[in-house]
Amino acid sequence: MSEKVLMKGNEAIAEAAIRAGCRHYFGYPITPQTELAAYMAKRMPKIGGCFLQAESEIAAINMVYGVASTGLRVMTSSSSPGVSLKQEGISYIAGADLPALIVNVQRGGPGLGGIQPSQSDYFQATKGGGHGDYHLIVLAPASVQEMADLTAKCFELADKYRMPSMLLADGTMGQMMEPVLLPEESDVTVEKPWALTGTKMQRGHNIVNSLYLKPEELEKTNFDRFERYKQVEENEVMYEEFMMDDAEVCVVAFGIAARVSKNAVVEARKQGIKAGLLRPITLWPFPSAAVKQAAEHCKGFVSVELSMGQMIEDIKLASDCKCPVELCNRAGGMIPSPEQVLESIKNIAGGKA
Amino acid sequence: MTSRILIAGFGGQGILFAGKVLAYKGLVEGKQLSWLPSYGPEMRGGTANCNVIISDEPVGSPIVDTPDVLIVMNLPSLDKYEKAAEKGSKIFVDSTLISRKVERDDVDVYYIPATKMAQDAGIPTLANMIILGKVIKETGVVSFEGMEDALKKVVSARKANLIDVNLKAIKAGYDYE
Repeated sequence: MSEKVLMKGNEAIAEAAIRAGCRHYFGYPITPQTELAAYMAKRMPKIGGCFLQAESEIAAINMVYGVASTGLRVMTSSSSPGVSLKQEGISYIAGADLPALIVNVQRGGPGLGGIQPSQSDYFQATKGGGHGDYHLIVLAPASVQEMADLTAKCFELADKYRMPSMLLADGTMGQMMEPVLLPEESDVTVEKPWALTGTKMQRGHNIVNSLYLKPEELEKTNFDRFERYKQVEENEVMYEEFMMDDAEVCVVAFGIAARVSKNAVVEARKQGIKAGLLRPITLWPFPSAAVKQAAEHCKGFVSVELSMGQMIEDIKLASDCKCPVELCNRAGGMIPSPEQVLESIKNIAGGKA
Repeated sequence: MTSRILIAGFGGQGILFAGKVLAYKGLVEGKQLSWLPSYGPEMRGGTANCNVIISDEPVGSPIVDTPDVLIVMNLPSLDKYEKAAEKGSKIFVDSTLISRKVERDDVDVYYIPATKMAQDAGIPTLANMIILGKVIKETGVVSFEGMEDALKKVVSARKANLIDVNLKAIKAGYDYE
């Protein structure tokens, strides 16, 4: 039985990835995720792994593409502007049906933006980001413990469905320290008959590719891929409900926004307002059924976001706009206060929204 | 009980380290906790602060907007956070570096000449540990007993020889009247 240790979120991701069997990391430094790369630089050479600081984010994601095609667990990490640079490679990895992990410790944007925490890459992460029809499995940790646990989960799901996954965190999650119980070393070996491992003259060639010049063939790859996406949507949705049983106001928030919102919900309850929190853990697939169910018994929703309002669109879609959805947000690296969230809860409770 | 602690000063004073010592002591005592640093492009000489929450309950937001324990080690930090402190909170001031008094009268204030004490004791870089000792004494957020176990976790093995002197500094603050 191992004991709890105190770690930064960024370090917890790195250690959890190693324990999940990841031995290849490619990246390029950027605040606020640098501790992750630094941890890998220190640890990988000691365990026979590969840490490589690439010449750019674009190079790094294409190295990930290369290793992923051999079937080995591989990852890269960056923060918002760097993840934008990786989008072409991510689209290729999705198009070639390869598992890989991309970590985005978000900071304020657009452009070079700032270095303080943000959630404004929600659209980019959940709606595509690169070109073409594809999805990433997107997990949103709300504690250092989840930074570790969901890293392992990202690898597992990516392998299971042969698609890239993204851990979508933010600057606070990356920088903060909390006690964490690190996951055990995983010795899971996933069969990957498609991997480029050399034929040893005993099988035909495997081909990893995202180029299909015949539209009929390309269409089929899209249709097949979306069949798999359907399975992900049916089987892998994760969320946490807090005081939702009798809730009249449903606060929806993920990551750091969920932590702040929890304080606001507790305070609202103290004041006699029946508030609850629905925290999506998978952002794609979005917990639409849970939102829809909440819409049946709630007066309305509060979407708490560190952005100008992105997840709010998914809440409106999932609830068929049956009740009002108020946006409670800060942007550019600022974080909403519990008081601000409480104010929005009161607006919905009082029918003011 | 939940303690929401804000530590602020210049970069280089060991603000983040002081927070870490508290956090590790909380960990050793089996408490729930979070430690959140300010992070920015600034290095030594800039401002630094860190938020530490130590609680018997799971920690919600790790952000400390209204501290009930405020530790300030330079004037800009006192100017910035004095108003933010909760009514009835405890404010710890390094009186070597901050000559003015706290203006509020609804808080408990402790003035410790931590920087001078550190210089006099020949440990000029450990004013942070001296003030931390006083914080532990007056707030009981963590106990003084077993401090060495926490220090062993914070101080890397390479610098293990520094544990004793850190402990000495914490003790000096703890005993300061």
